[in-house]
Amino acid sequence: MNRFKLIYEIALQLLKARWKQTLVAAIGVTFSITMFITLLGFMNGLNTLLDGLILNRTPHIKLYNEIKPSAIQPIEKDSTLNNTHHFIESIKPFAGKPEIRNASAIMNYLKKDVRVNGVAPKISAQVFYNVGAVDLTGAINGIDVEAESKLFFFQDYVVKGNYVDLKNIPNSIILGKGAADKMLAKIGDVIQVTTAKGDRVQLKVVGYFQSGLADIDKVQSYTSISTAQKILGKPNSYITDIQIKLKVIEQAPKVAKEYARLFEIDAEDIQTANAQFETGSSVRTTISYAVGITLLIVAGFGIYNILNMMIYEKMDSIAILKATGFSGKDVKYIFVSIALSIGFFGGLAGLGFGFLASAGIDQIPFNTSALPTVETYPVDYNPKYYVIGIIFSLITTYFAGLFPAKKASKIDPVIIIRGK
Amino acid sequence: MSNKILEVKNIVKQFHDPITISVLKDISFSIDKGEFVSITGKSGCGKSTLLYVLSTMDTDYEGELIIDGQSMAKRKEAELAKVRNEKIGFVFQFHYLLNEFSVLRNVMLPALKMNKFNKDEIEAKAIEKLKILEIEKEALKRPNQLSGGQKQRVAIARALINDPIIILGDEPTGNLDKKNSQNVFDIFKELSQSFGQSLLIVTHDADFADRTDRIIEMEDGKIISLGK
Repeated sequence: MNRFKLIYEIALQLLKARWKQTLVAAIGVTFSITMFITLLGFMNGLNTLLDGLILNRTPHIKLYNEIKPSAIQPIEKDSTLNNTHHFIESIKPFAGKPEIRNASAIMNYLKKDVRVNGVAPKISAQVFYNVGAVDLTGAINGIDVEAESKLFFFQDYVVKGNYVDLKNIPNSIILGKGAADKMLAKIGDVIQVTTAKGDRVQLKVVGYFQSGLADIDKVQSYTSISTAQKILGKPNSYITDIQIKLKVIEQAPKVAKEYARLFEIDAEDIQTANAQFETGSSVRTTISYAVGITLLIVAGFGIYNILNMMIYEKMDSIAILKATGFSGKDVKYIFVSIALSIGFFGGLAGLGFGFLASAGIDQIPFNTSALPTVETYPVDYNPKYYVIGIIFSLITTYFAGLFPAKKASKIDPVIIIRGK
Repeated sequence: MSNKILEVKNIVKQFHDPITISVLKDISFSIDKGEFVSITGKSGCGKSTLLYVLSTMDTDYEGELIIDGQSMAKRKEAELAKVRNEKIGFVFQFHYLLNEFSVLRNVMLPALKMNKFNKDEIEAKAIEKLKILEIEKEALKRPNQLSGGQKQRVAIARALINDPIIILGDEPTGNLDKKNSQNVFDIFKELSQSFGQSLLIVTHDADFADRTDRIIEMEDGKIISLGK
């Protein structure tokens, strides 16, 4: 008979002899693993949701031209004046449009770059929405509807109407929910906007857009690229922003710098633009782990106590096992395997209950105007947490069992037997 | 050719706490194969201490212990455990059976530990040993369902399971009444005569000692008679 099989059989018999205490210890482990799985699943579900609010809609890299004074003034280009001091006052930005030159060539280049997942062009324009005698400030984004929905889940935020209409119906607009409410614009209505240059344009409302951030919804609206170009009176090569999604988000700062140099353009990466989000997520995750581990350590003390009691009760058995040829190590393994069995089976039950509790949370209604696509609380079922959960329970119970087991292995059989 | 299965040379054991006391003083003797030997002496003369030194469980002594031709000096704990498992059978005053296991399983445990035979062979052997002790009917009971005399017989069966070269007994009849003591003695005698089993039994029961092959008498940590 295999050595470890024999050791396990003895451990099992000792467990059975004290099955009530064993059960209590296992329930402690089950409870803490259940909490661990539920907490992590729920917290990370929320994290993913909240991060998605921003991350889904934010390009990893944005290429654009900032309106700013030229860094090199013409006089500095004159080599004959290199050793003189230039007095230049009242420098102002070039009154040009923040257009990206040669945009289609840049986009073709980007689409071939293996690091790039997708590219979407965009036009930003300042407008006024005309509501009777009142002008509301607004911003129109001209977008490539297909690229925008593929990369930035545009369709998820169109709460009414069909987003594809934007492409198919000429001179159409999807209004921000807040702006539409102010203008009392229904779907099918025609609204009038005034551009910054004073041109008036009529547009047909084909849908409402709700981002979850009320301030944005009061101002933003969407048209197709060609409509935006028409509103602004620009040729069809006119593009103000190129939005890039990378395959690996962590590469964004590096790639942004590379593109800025390559295209002589401003490039902003997502990490610089939204530094605060990572912090929030990691704090929430850390709290979940801390709670889970604390619960496990408490359960570990329970196991420690029960094994200690068992060792005092089973002194005679340990002594005779040693007298008949079991070594100190064998005795240690017996008690460690008792602890590990409690950890393994308690932990396994914890994974099951944790999954059930997560599934329960997943059914609780969660309706918020900020998140039109979400109906129940979000839960992350990532198998990673289940693997971590069972590993944690094995490690904690191993250490909880190790110290009593070491004590048992050092019991001197002579003292026990002669003491009788 | 030497027939010695157990030999001790100049064994000295001292307790140092609180003051140094010599419990065993220069003990030397040997036991031949098939001998049935008893050690007697007054309480506190060191006879039990000597037995536990011989058992390899007590390693805190000076001198030489040779079991089956091999010195036990400077052996690791796990190696000594192996020697106990394979070469020595123990019978104590108390039975030390595990109540979690059946009688049969209790007898099988040391053999399962030795891991030289498969489970079926070990089971057959355990039943054979229980038969020698006329207790095979109780094989599937738990030890706490047996009487004191029966328990002690099970303990002897367990001592025999690995065919040890010697059985060491520490007052094996100390807890038993006259009839059961007689019974246990008869078993030992039978083992010695029919199976050539070597036995070394510590006892203060003079009747018991008188009927063994040889009596080693101890007094005050020394051997005063080797009985030869």
